[in-house]
Amino acid sequence: MVQWKAEERAAIQAVFAKLDYESVGRETLTRLLVVYPWTRRYFGGFGNLFNSEAIMANPKVAAHGIVVLQGLEMALKNMDDIKNTYASLSELHSEKLQVDPGNFQLLGDCLTVVIATRMRTEFTPDIQAAWQKFLAVVVSALRKQYN
Amino acid sequence: MSLTAKDKAAVKDLWAKISGKADDIGQDALSRMLVVYPQTKTYFSHWKDLSPGSAPVRKHGKTVMSGVADAVSKIDDLTSGLLNLSELHAFQLRVDPANFKILSHNILVVLATMFPNDFTPEAHVAMDKFLSALALALSEKYR
Repeated sequence: MVQWKAEERAAIQAVFAKLDYESVGRETLTRLLVVYPWTRRYFGGFGNLFNSEAIMANPKVAAHGIVVLQGLEMALKNMDDIKNTYASLSELHSEKLQVDPGNFQLLGDCLTVVIATRMRTEFTPDIQAAWQKFLAVVVSALRKQYN
Repeated sequence: MSLTAKDKAAVKDLWAKISGKADDIGQDALSRMLVVYPQTKTYFSHWKDLSPGSAPVRKHGKTVMSGVADAVSKIDDLTSGLLNLSELHAFQLRVDPANFKILSHNILVVLATMFPNDFTPEAHVAMDKFLSALALALSEKYR
């Protein structure tokens, strides 16, 4: 089981406390689709994803950004059992959505970058370490049901 | 995934805005690397102090960023431009090339904290491609 130090829990709470799901969600997904364009393969039904302006303005991207962050919030609320909390989400991503799990890392990296733009120097190395540990646990849980 | 003319222009554009803070960027990126990816400390066992912002970290951050500056000036042919640096990393330092990705990630995070308005999604993709191309050029002489 994952062990969390008190400072790590506090750091992750601190990141979430400042998170504007709408703004951060939209920008995170935008960056994913711009920086790693092959990820557009998973969003065929989203309409115009041809350039960053279109992606940034796309209402389906905005809505999905919020969905992703709400999913992360589930992990935050169940930090001591993320693996089981995510069992059905993992199955969804592997069986139904058929997402290459390598993309989870890419989305996590984009989210980290966006959080860095919002928190700036408050996103200290220690907070970054705790945050990335949290994302690593989330990614690992999402990969669990793949076979 | 080679650098297009648009990528090179975006990198030079961003570099013009950030180069004044190159030393700070280097120091911060290195500090984060050592804290967030503690396995990277294994390359610096000869340093007295590995804590964020320490003297050896500041000095080495400068060294790394002058390498990046050099790469920007040689963006049209990174492989030949960085041959000496590649030999250094391959034969002397023998840094596992997987770590180039780690340092690149931390440089991007620092750019995001320091230049949130300039580090647009377009600048982000160009910089990510550039740092990947840089890493590839550094790995050239490894085997």
